[in-house]
Amino acid sequence: MTVILEARNLKRHYRVKRGLFRAPATVKAVDGASFTVRAGKTLAVVGESGCGKSTLARLLTRIEAPTEGTIHFDGRDITSVPKADEKALRRAVQMVFQNPYGSLNPRQKVADILAEPLLINTDMAKAERRDRAIAMMEKVGLRPDQADRYPHMFSGGQRQRIAIARALMLDPRVVVADEPVSALDISIQAQVLNLMMDLQDEFGLAYVFISHDLSVVRHIADEVMVMYLGRPVEQGPKDTIFTDPRHPYTRALLAAMPRVHRGGAPELPPLSGELPSPMDPPPGCAFHKRCPLAQPRCAQEIPEPRTVDGRMVACHLA
Amino acid sequence: MPLLDIKDLSVTFATARGPFRAVDGIDLSVEPGEVLGIVGESGSGKSVTSLAVLGLLADNASVTAGRMQFDGQDLLTLSPKARRRLNGGQVAMIFQEPMSSLNPCFTVGFQIGETLAQHEGLSGKALRHRCIALLEQVGIPAPESRLSAFPHQLSGGMSQRVMIAMAIACNPRLLIADEPTTALDVTIQRQILDLLRDLQRERGMAMILITHDMGVVAESAHRVQVMYAGQVVENRPADSLFTAPRHPYTAALLDALPERAVGRRRLPTIAGTVPGITDRPTGCLFQPRCGLADDRCGTRPPLATDGDGWTRCVRVEGATA
Repeated sequence: MTVILEARNLKRHYRVKRGLFRAPATVKAVDGASFTVRAGKTLAVVGESGCGKSTLARLLTRIEAPTEGTIHFDGRDITSVPKADEKALRRAVQMVFQNPYGSLNPRQKVADILAEPLLINTDMAKAERRDRAIAMMEKVGLRPDQADRYPHMFSGGQRQRIAIARALMLDPRVVVADEPVSALDISIQAQVLNLMMDLQDEFGLAYVFISHDLSVVRHIADEVMVMYLGRPVEQGPKDTIFTDPRHPYTRALLAAMPRVHRGGAPELPPLSGELPSPMDPPPGCAFHKRCPLAQPRCAQEIPEPRTVDGRMVACHLA
Repeated sequence: MPLLDIKDLSVTFATARGPFRAVDGIDLSVEPGEVLGIVGESGSGKSVTSLAVLGLLADNASVTAGRMQFDGQDLLTLSPKARRRLNGGQVAMIFQEPMSSLNPCFTVGFQIGETLAQHEGLSGKALRHRCIALLEQVGIPAPESRLSAFPHQLSGGMSQRVMIAMAIACNPRLLIADEPTTALDVTIQRQILDLLRDLQRERGMAMILITHDMGVVAESAHRVQVMYAGQVVENRPADSLFTAPRHPYTAALLDALPERAVGRRRLPTIAGTVPGITDRPTGCLFQPRCGLADDRCGTRPPLATDGDGWTRCVRVEGATA
């Protein structure tokens, strides 16, 4: 299977001012993530607030440049490329945002929202742009007669369809979707997930699917990467991660997920304590203060990622 | 006798586009010590129902009911003064957004203390001690120092704990929790759900848990009421609802959960969307989206009671008018 997107030791640090008399702090929003995304497959990124999953999305879509590390697209290092190539690269990696109420311009008609990427990136004639927009509306399950409506005339699920359609207008190879279904009701969530899977098959899209909902991830992902405070703690094929999680954090996440039917997933006592502040992460393993299995060495050494039984895990005890 | 006993409750909002019936003739009863889950998608009227119970709806809402009683007390004719004594005292509520439910201008201690001062007339040292004890009960570390903290200094999980402390301050007999964990991270959600369950058991409180998350309801509620477009379509004990749902909407909703579809690629969906303000069908409200609808569905279906619950669908056996 061809690797379409590869990240090596990706880092993004921010300097944060903390007032007049204190030294600025460094927030390590993403701190050493390495992964590959294969063509036509889905990598799911899982984690709680502050784990760096949205920053990761911004790096992959080139909204921001990484502080360190490299991103390879189709075998080529794209971390720093000439301005001329930049535009083509941006077309190849597109994004769907979480909130379909905030990510669409309320003053634009649907056809114009969808045609805008073509207006900016191609020299297509106006009539052709509109034809393309209407064809894409049909692909995502909207009616062509809705082309001249404004976003507020659509429901949440329909708006997310518009957002997905917009992301596909430039024939991207990779779509980064940041919590694309978490604002939607259950019945609508199922519709949008089905649509995303259909479009993946039809266009051979690779997805980077960012989500906190493990049951959704289990359904849609091929590979899973679990992040905690900027670092991947466990990553590997979906079935390996879900049936035999090795990192205590992965196990705690699976145990904490409310379920209609309790399965035989390995249970851990619920995690005590809160997520630490990314501004002031604990020394050693960032998870050790909440980890039920923590040993003295966990407070001192940052665990290096290593391969255990077909997955990568960053834990001294795995 | 049920603690909360509501028959035929309707809430109608006067809007610019005419009256809109957000809650349409629902029955609701909660026994002492019982946890009732109310599930439904957006616009199903679950939050409006709870606000009607507390009398917190805006002026453009009109509430009608055949009966609306809390512990034998009629809620429809309650004077504003008696209402203020009841709310926060015997009936308390936790809201979805803990960050925006707390007043940013006052300390945590002041806001918890306000409830206690109002309802129990506490002040000074006694008040401070009760506040500390409450923060301890909801699992806030170093409660003495937290009393002087402002809401912006707390995380989402901590804010929700403070909200719970305020709600349980006067030992309510009924706690209404409206999406109490929706805004929280998964591991924090687990902590808050466990805390609510423990408090409910220890105190024998009745609880109404409103949520859209089937997993949360399945783990917490004794009985579940499923709402759709302002009506209750099914009511039965949690165990039998999740193993053998009778109403087509409940069944379709459960089928649409990715959790149930492990191994299958496409998820079963419910076509269309929840009817909005202008396009409510006549007869059964779910009929346009229902895979099983036939010509009997054009009239409003009667309640069909069975062994352990009831359903509003003509297809369910034993339907009686």
